[in-house]
Amino acid sequence: MSVGSAAVRPGSPPAVGARMRSGGAQRLAADILGLSPALLLYGVFIVVPMLFALVLSFTRWNVVGPIRWAGFANWQLLFSDPLAHGALLTTIELAGLSWVVQTPLAMALGIFIAGRQRYRAVYASIYLLPLLMSTAALALMWQGVLAPTFGGMAFIARNLHLGFLDQNWLGDPRLTFYVIIGLVTWQFVPLHTLLYQAGRRAIPNELYEAIRIDGAGPLQTFFYVTLPQLRYTIVTDTILILTGSLTYFDIIYILTQGGPANTTLVLAMDMYNVGFAQTLFGYASVLAVVLGALGIAVALVLVRLTGFGSMRSGQEGIS
Amino acid sequence: MSAGAVAPALRDDVTRGRTAGRARRRRRFPRPGGIVAFIFGTVWLCVVLFPIYYMILASFRSQPAYLNANPWVPNGGFSLSSWAQLFQGTSMATYLLNSVLYTAGTIVVVVVVSLMAAFRIVRHQTRLGPVAFRLILLGLAVSIYAVLIPLYAITSELHLYDTVLGLVLVTSAASISLAVLLTVNYVRLIPAELFDAMAVDGASELEVFTKLVFPMSRPVVGVVAIWAGIGAWNNFVLPLILTQSTGSTVLPLGIFSIYTTNSGYGVNVPIVMAGCLFSLLPLLLLYLALRRQFVRGLGAFALR
Repeated sequence: MSVGSAAVRPGSPPAVGARMRSGGAQRLAADILGLSPALLLYGVFIVVPMLFALVLSFTRWNVVGPIRWAGFANWQLLFSDPLAHGALLTTIELAGLSWVVQTPLAMALGIFIAGRQRYRAVYASIYLLPLLMSTAALALMWQGVLAPTFGGMAFIARNLHLGFLDQNWLGDPRLTFYVIIGLVTWQFVPLHTLLYQAGRRAIPNELYEAIRIDGAGPLQTFFYVTLPQLRYTIVTDTILILTGSLTYFDIIYILTQGGPANTTLVLAMDMYNVGFAQTLFGYASVLAVVLGALGIAVALVLVRLTGFGSMRSGQEGIS
Repeated sequence: MSAGAVAPALRDDVTRGRTAGRARRRRRFPRPGGIVAFIFGTVWLCVVLFPIYYMILASFRSQPAYLNANPWVPNGGFSLSSWAQLFQGTSMATYLLNSVLYTAGTIVVVVVVSLMAAFRIVRHQTRLGPVAFRLILLGLAVSIYAVLIPLYAITSELHLYDTVLGLVLVTSAASISLAVLLTVNYVRLIPAELFDAMAVDGASELEVFTKLVFPMSRPVVGVVAIWAGIGAWNNFVLPLILTQSTGSTVLPLGIFSIYTTNSGYGVNVPIVMAGCLFSLLPLLLLYLALRRQFVRGLGAFALR
């Protein structure tokens, strides 16, 4: 909310309207005319669907038939559905593990490409390539690399006698969840790297001069200057990773459909199965509401714990 | 007493001398830290490039060559047969056309609608401006996955299901909150004197918008356009939910359908790889041409 009040304050008072005094109706018409396309799009395709999802969660509906009131039946089902519990757990594990893997990697890479060396600028522009790919292309590309027997990994395993690389990467219940973590990391680390690059470049050089004169080594420099100065970037990036990883769907849909043995069945995937495959739209709406509420809750908790101002300053220098 | 005063000064001199020497030496010999960073950065470079290299190599092989030759070394077996099959055996042209329409439509709608709204929000004449702004900002917290089912129902009801227009409108709506935030923050930097001057000249609202707001906001329009454009071009879940027939299929779903329909005895990997590469190519070329703007546009994903 503080974003709203801070950003809405106009750089200037509405001098035109104040001076012309051209009647309230006319001024209202001007505002309505300018704002209505945005409000219409937003209302019809975001606000109404949100309320609709909430209503649907109390109904039974299979699209073709009529919508029937179901009371709390769908919500009761949520508490006795082991698949949904598993999916919720998998979603949280995916979010947590994504954070653990992506944060240090993105921080290190961000600090690396914050350097002014020419080769690092070249590296940085190559690092961004995964962000340009659609998730579909990215997932299918990795499918080719990881496929058993004829895939690139299997070839290396056979010909260099590296047996441990010969795995059913996308079909082994012990492995696939971690492979998905790896692919998500490959896809999204560049985005977080951009944030950390901006964060590192915003640290005043004087701090580094000062600690060098004190005779600090690289480790001390990192822990006494870089890490504390990056704290707002870390907060922003944590919110981004956690809320983003609640909705990893495309990669999982394309590569595993939630399998093997439901080890990659996240909440979004479960919702898709229940809704669009089994056409239980009432119960699927329960899962959708849970998913939406979880995202808002994570963002709110982190913002409360760390302060909204810190998040805003963490975002500066990006856009 | 005097010894105590001299010692820090002396130490200061010594360290200054040492750092000056180190700075001079750094020009010719990289520090050990720099070498470690170089190795680390290069390892990640390889991690980024190796699957892309694999994709490029595989797309230029025929299916038999892919299954028999070393997939990591470009020796022999070069063939355009997979690319030929991609364009003759599939509806690639339709997918491409739909993706272009979808992306261009989304860019135009998002840019025009959000800039119009930003203009009214910054130069608001009634309470509607600030209220609308707060309402729209709440959308930043909404996950698109929470509204997929209602979107499916609403687009069906409005006869927008399975149309590119429906995709454009829904994707634009999903992008509008961040686009308005970005444009408002930019438009409010336009000096009030310029608006006053135009008012004195008796300019209409439309003239103020086209002759002042739009030209002054060009940098943020670029960021929003690139961000919204990449979002539409690469979108998978909205086309998955909101379209069905080949006539309205976009590229990401198209290459996915090539993948699912080609699986007989193993997937025809070269065709799929050619499709993936082809869908990436337009963005890649634009990225090479407009690297700086792209980095800023991609950075906007971090705000979503």
